Amino acid sequence: MIQVQHLIKLFGSFRAVDDVTFEVREGEVLGFLGPNGAGKSTTMRMLTGFFPPTSGTAKINGFDIIKDPLEAKRQIGYLPENAPVYPDMTVEGYLKFIAEVRGFSGQELKKKVARAVEICSLEKVLPQTVDTLSKGYKQRVCFAQAILPDPPILILDEPTDGLDPNQKFEVRRMISSMAENKCVILSTHILEEVDAVCTRAIIISNGKIVANGSPEELKRRSSLYEAVTVSLDNVPKDEALNALSALANVERVEILKETPEALVLRALPAGGSVIAPAVAEEIRRRGWRSTQFHVEEGRLDEVFRNITRQ
Amino acid sequence: MKTIYSIMKREMNGYFGSPVAYVFIVIFLILCGFFTFQFGDFYNSNDASLRTFFVWHPWLYLFLIPAVAMRMWAEERRTRTIELLLTLPVTLPQAILGKFLAGWLFIGIALLLTFPMVITVCYLGDPDIGQIVAGYIGSFLLAGCYLSVGSFASSLTRNQVVAFIICLVICLFFVVAGWAPVTDALASSVPLSVANFIASLSFMYRFDSVQRGVIDTRDLIYYASVITFMLAASSVVLTSRKAS
Repeated sequence: MIQVQHLIKLFGSFRAVDDVTFEVREGEVLGFLGPNGAGKSTTMRMLTGFFPPTSGTAKINGFDIIKDPLEAKRQIGYLPENAPVYPDMTVEGYLKFIAEVRGFSGQELKKKVARAVEICSLEKVLPQTVDTLSKGYKQRVCFAQAILPDPPILILDEPTDGLDPNQKFEVRRMISSMAENKCVILSTHILEEVDAVCTRAIIISNGKIVANGSPEELKRRSSLYEAVTVSLDNVPKDEALNALSALANVERVEILKETPEALVLRALPAGGSVIAPAVAEEIRRRGWRSTQFHVEEGRLDEVFRNITRQ
Repeated sequence: MKTIYSIMKREMNGYFGSPVAYVFIVIFLILCGFFTFQFGDFYNSNDASLRTFFVWHPWLYLFLIPAVAMRMWAEERRTRTIELLLTLPVTLPQAILGKFLAGWLFIGIALLLTFPMVITVCYLGDPDIGQIVAGYIGSFLLAGCYLSVGSFASSLTRNQVVAFIICLVICLFFVVAGWAPVTDALASSVPLSVANFIASLSFMYRFDSVQRGVIDTRDLIYYASVITFMLAASSVVLTSRKAS
């Protein structure tokens, strides 16, 4: 549904987006990750037609953003960063304005507005002006604006930024519920969000794509992937360290916590190999009492840091 | 067309939803009356026409129209709502035109509210209605020119006060270029053809000719080209600076 081809954006001599190419299909929720200033928002602004790319192009549901910008914009619901909504308009007036500009009128307009209001639970604040709303409500109004025309493509720039945990949960729920027959791109720097809603993630750093894969694939790049954390009761430290280090495919063992009764160790595998059964077997064979046994999936934050810090 | 109308309607509601509209209209009407009767010496002129009324408009507009126009784009850029507006299925010219027409219509409404002046002259004498209509049309076109300058000034900055001042200065140039003291000074220092050319650029030059009751095609072309040029300039500025 979205094909991005060699997108480049220069601001002066600064390469904000540097040859970005990717594709998003129907039903996918693509997480756009990257440090601040990596080029996430710039890429989104080009896709939504706010400014043109320096070179390269993108096809939005088949419409080229350069040759057919108006039709491309019709395919997209866009939530810009910080939810910029006219502060002096009422919520109802604002949503009606959006619906009108989107080409709806009469009964259909009313239906579209009502649907957006219902999905985003805005019934209570309809007559209020936007500047009297809390940040969470403002974000929801802007979200309602984006989904109002029921567009095939949603582009959301930091949709949960500045929201409290409950509101974040709500927004993620709304995104997931709508993702089925749409294609969603969302940017974030909250990594748990990628786990929670995204089917795929792209990590962008200094304007370039440095990783592209499902959250699981990305986590596999973590040195913690398939690592085993065990908590052992009343086992001498040296004995435990030596026993676990001696196992095949265990690269090293580190001590996470040490108290007189309990010892928490983490065994790291060599090259992502599976060591959990061997560790479990060793513990059983030696008759140790283990109160905790946990296989790591790998951590996105670690992968993120390793990739983007270079 | 429908898009332009939607944007225009939103802007109109924006004017009337804030005190700006009412303050503008009240001040405009008070000043119109004040200048006409106090400085224009309306009664003693013994003339049943609105000449002494219209003659002040270029000066009133000089301060009032920048106030109407200043928020047009500066505010959109400051609050970043411009990003949402221009990523809707809207072209930049549609947005510029929608906002401009809303402002123009708003000023038109203020202008129509001066109708008691017309009633007054009709009561006092037997005025030339054609001349009054021409006066109103001329004043309305003049307001459009000021407003298009305001659109341009507002697109240059995120700060409304700066937009106000830039608009006022540009309009001041357009006004004084044809003001007698300036044209006389110019005529004595530069070749007559240059002086005439500068004077012909002026709002005043055109405004005076319309006030005589004749709407000349050349005047219409002048107004239309000033407005078109200024709106196109807004478009150029916004294309390059909307993101900053």
